[in-house]
Amino acid sequence: MTGSPSPMTEAPSEATLPGPDAAPALPRLLAGIPAHGAMSLDAHLALHGPLPLERRRGRRAESPLIGRIERARLGGRGGAGFPTATKLRAVAQGRGRGVVVINVTEGEPASEKDRTLAAALPHLLLDGGQLAAAAVGAEELIVCVCESAHASIASIATAISERDRLHEPAQMNLTAVPSGYVSGQESALVNYLNGGPAIPTFTPPLPFEQGVKRRRTLVSNAETLAHVALIARHGSRWFRELGMPSQPGSALVTLSGPLAHPGVYEIEHGASLSSLIDAAGGTTAAVSAALLGGYAGAWIDARFLHGVALSDEHLAPHGASIGAGVVLLLSNEACPVAETARVARWLAGESSGQCGPCIHGLDALAGTVEEIAGGVADANAAQRIARLSSLVRRRGACGHPDGAVNFITSAVDTFAADFDDHARHGRCDACGRPGELPLPRSPQGAGRPRERSRSS
Amino acid sequence: MSVSLAAAGPSIYWYLTRSTGAVALVLLTLAIALGVLDVRRFSTPRWPRFLVDSLHRNVSLLAMVFLGFHILTSILDSFAPISLADAFIPFAGVYRPFWLGLGAISFDLLLAVTITSLLRKRMGYASWRAIHWLTYASWPIALLHGLGTGSDVKSTWLLALSLACVAVVLAAVLARVIAGWPENLGLRAAALGGAAAFSLFLLLWLPGGPLGSEWARRSGTPSSLLGHSSSASASTVASR
Amino acid sequence: MSHRLRVNPIACEAHGMCAELLPERITLDEWGYPVIDGEPLEARLLDHAKRAAQACPTFALLVERERRT
Repeated sequence: MTGSPSPMTEAPSEATLPGPDAAPALPRLLAGIPAHGAMSLDAHLALHGPLPLERRRGRRAESPLIGRIERARLGGRGGAGFPTATKLRAVAQGRGRGVVVINVTEGEPASEKDRTLAAALPHLLLDGGQLAAAAVGAEELIVCVCESAHASIASIATAISERDRLHEPAQMNLTAVPSGYVSGQESALVNYLNGGPAIPTFTPPLPFEQGVKRRRTLVSNAETLAHVALIARHGSRWFRELGMPSQPGSALVTLSGPLAHPGVYEIEHGASLSSLIDAAGGTTAAVSAALLGGYAGAWIDARFLHGVALSDEHLAPHGASIGAGVVLLLSNEACPVAETARVARWLAGESSGQCGPCIHGLDALAGTVEEIAGGVADANAAQRIARLSSLVRRRGACGHPDGAVNFITSAVDTFAADFDDHARHGRCDACGRPGELPLPRSPQGAGRPRERSRSS
Repeated sequence: MSVSLAAAGPSIYWYLTRSTGAVALVLLTLAIALGVLDVRRFSTPRWPRFLVDSLHRNVSLLAMVFLGFHILTSILDSFAPISLADAFIPFAGVYRPFWLGLGAISFDLLLAVTITSLLRKRMGYASWRAIHWLTYASWPIALLHGLGTGSDVKSTWLLALSLACVAVVLAAVLARVIAGWPENLGLRAAALGGAAAFSLFLLLWLPGGPLGSEWARRSGTPSSLLGHSSSASASTVASR
Repeated sequence: MSHRLRVNPIACEAHGMCAELLPERITLDEWGYPVIDGEPLEARLLDHAKRAAQACPTFALLVERERRT
């Protein structure tokens, strides 16, 4: 997977994914995406038109943009899908100065959409950020990028200085955040911006009431704000022309695995997975299953993939959701048990080490999966996984343990035959292969499977 | 009723001061021991965690109550001129200023610990914890205060009591330091070193100090009180 | 007006006093951390719950009042 936009993201702009009407409506976010480098401010304004920024009025009336976003039914694209208008409204209603944070940290290893936007289309993000700041009454806009995403950092820095001449009301700053799976969690990001480590904090209070410098803070995913940039220009009805009634609009997905052209694609909600795979040039190997959402998401077995469509409504019966837009195909050649063990162990290591159930639970879960993968598990392994899963859920300060449990239980369920086979007969031929599921090269993040003790 | 006492012998307040002081020392020693048991999460079926913890808190509060009486009676006692200010401001007093001042320092530290513990909920945990460490400093200072000012220091019961308390506190410090070894090795080594140094100091100082001759004069008892003073009281005590 | 128990999992250091003082509603998992449900507290347990919250060395146990909706 490359850090710069995949050249194939240009192809869908010609061959659009089938929507309910034949008119080419995609790409929207990815329109005009350059093959290399970033789209300049001039090119951006020429393509999308001027930014319809509301000038500051009295704080009593709600910004019309919030209503428009509500009618567009835009949901957060960071993974949780929380209604954006609700979040904007909550921040807008607070007192005192406000802050808007654009979250481009993208700690999900299999996701590249946010850094693609940041590196190639930074002005979409900054547009969205300025619009959100105006809507909630904030004069500070902070863009948070992972410290290892050098292309994004350079591109955003340049874009910010390009925009000096626009004299926009919200002052923009770029902050590099240490890499880590949980560093981009909302409260972790706020914690870091307040001078602490990039690890989650206990909530309430949530950032919308008390965030950066104790001010009411909107933390929004990069792609979400990119959509805001277009909704502000074209309206909610335009947004709803694509997608589904329950989930309108388009979305970015990161498609990876054994494909001719893996990369970041823009789809409309409800597009079939088959059409997406076709747009990516088809698969290069037989696929055993697809992971939807990310490493907090769920697996769908290959035999169901033909009928799968990409919307929360369509994925729900499979126990999955769009999440952070990750669509990760696993080849038939990989051992799903070994892969699950690898990822489970990585997830355990990414714990911020603050909550006992997460530290011990994820460690025990990873250990059990490793035992099964190694063929040394006892007869109770499956039960232990079920018991540990229910013990760990909702007992951490953030959603990390829940996500890890979702991933592991989904894997055990989807690959039941493989798990059973390993439990009885031990390692399979594929166990020794190099890992296929993408994980960062070196241990990242603040987490170590050891308690952050405050007593010495 | 303190008027007659200078000639007649020590007043009731003087006895109360000494006894409440001794009890306070014992209670503080116990509080430290319980505190170490608490932080080391000691528990048995008959001694659950909450019991050790609330015992620690209550014994500490009780120690402060006795300390309060100790200060009050020392002020009321007319023999030694001790004022309320001397309880808080060290080294400004007339009577054995240095050794009395140690008592003020110890009391100030314990006040900080007590007040912050009563207001725990309003403080951050880390700040509360940091201040709580001051108890380890307050104890040896309190002991030296007792050995330096106390007029019973040569009596067997008080010496034995003091040494027993020292032994308990040393054991508690040892138990505390080895928990979590070798994290923060520098701090732990310093704690052990400090404890060893203090013990050595006691061994070297006691014989020539409070247990030596004319300690009352050497420790700063006002000369007007010397003579019909501690030597008389010491013999009075000894004869009981 | 009802109350509920909540644990701040970051502050919690598994001392376990809460489970000793409110065994009716709090149990400890295999690592010593409290397991609580989100159900409202019965009135008769409220004082015990408050005592348990007071006893927690790190104030990790919270007795929260329900907000009227």
